[in-house]
Amino acid sequence: MADEVVLLSSWFSPFGMRVQIALAEKGINYEFKEEDLRNKSPLLLQTNPIHKKVPVLIHNGKIICESLIAVEYIDEVWSDKSPLLPSDPYQRAYARFWADFIDAKMYQPGRKTWTTKGDEQEASKKEFLECFKLFEKQLGDKPYFNGDNFGFLDVAFIPLHCWFQVIETFGEFKLEEEFPKYFDWVKRCLQRESVSNTLPDQKKIYALACLRRKQFGLD
Amino acid sequence: MAADAGQVKLLGKWPSPFSNRVVLALKLKGVQYNYFEEDLSNKSEELLKSNPVHKKVPVLIHNGKPIAESLVILEYIDETWKSNPLLPDDPYQRASARFWARYLDEKCLPALWDAIWSDENGRAKAVEEAIANLKILENEIKDKRFFGGESIGLVDIAASFVGYWVGILQEIQGLELLTVEKFPKLVKWSEEFTSHPVIKEGLPPRDELFAFFNARATASK
Repeated sequence: MADEVVLLSSWFSPFGMRVQIALAEKGINYEFKEEDLRNKSPLLLQTNPIHKKVPVLIHNGKIICESLIAVEYIDEVWSDKSPLLPSDPYQRAYARFWADFIDAKMYQPGRKTWTTKGDEQEASKKEFLECFKLFEKQLGDKPYFNGDNFGFLDVAFIPLHCWFQVIETFGEFKLEEEFPKYFDWVKRCLQRESVSNTLPDQKKIYALACLRRKQFGLD
Repeated sequence: MAADAGQVKLLGKWPSPFSNRVVLALKLKGVQYNYFEEDLSNKSEELLKSNPVHKKVPVLIHNGKPIAESLVILEYIDETWKSNPLLPDDPYQRASARFWARYLDEKCLPALWDAIWSDENGRAKAVEEAIANLKILENEIKDKRFFGGESIGLVDIAASFVGYWVGILQEIQGLELLTVEKFPKLVKWSEEFTSHPVIKEGLPPRDELFAFFNARATASK
């Protein structure tokens, strides 16, 4: 019986991209259903009534919400190919801790850096850079955040890269100068088809951000 | 039967439900551990060294390696000590359990906490939000004995705040959040949960928890 895999997401959602990359790493065919987040579909509201957010993964009718949970699910179901989480419990805990850090600490300040102005923007920018610095430090001399091989933590982080140009532009700073190792890691990840086929053009993301800023009354 | 622990140390705070989650998990698995009570106004060097990112408890240190964030710690414990599994084998059920544990931390517990400590101005709205979240849990527990099914699992442990702390805190604050009239299934679950022999022994004593939070409530008035 063939697997039926559907992903509800939005082309610009870094959280959705995590799931896309994971599915691609495992070579799984799926149907991508684009959601208009300002006009949520009945399917989205029905499958994720609590959070009403993307991404939602539907596998043979089973609903999995929350991007990191979906990535772990994918890793466990299709465990025969391209393992994403390491097998050692301590390294798994490390990956989960830092993936959680991205979502709990880095994401909101990053977002606020391009969606706010004045003092709030300054404070958000500072917080974002502190978090980014701390996270980037974890790379050390490893080729990937996950270790020797591309994995869970890389999948969790790489999609945010396509939004970083937006954060840099409106936050008025440049990451490349201070974090060359990060950019080496990005290049390494982009060599993987799963990543390069998933991440949208940064120009498209930037255009979307400009549109949103106008809508928020910032520009 | 005590599982081979290696060296297990827990840095915690006894009234904290997050810290207590780790205590419950270790006890369910029969893991011997050393416990260190942190004074959060004077954090130990060990805490600052082992959780430099958040500087919070709980932190589990196993054979010298630190793990922080209670849900991350619970999964680590489950993967390291195999008896009395906290997560099922099936990937979909595991994803479901993780979803509910996350939901508790991101939505449910903050809503309950806000309602409990709300002042007159914000109370009505905060209580409404808390009730809405309890309704979600009531719908999820349904007629199961535990969130984990027949045995205690990750979600039950994550929900200990609902099953134990809320009853105590709502009494202190004179609020009616988790009541048998409104949430009969959830109340039934809380009774099953707190009367489980290992859980009962692992939870902080009721009168001490009451006294601790009552003092806090009085001090904030």
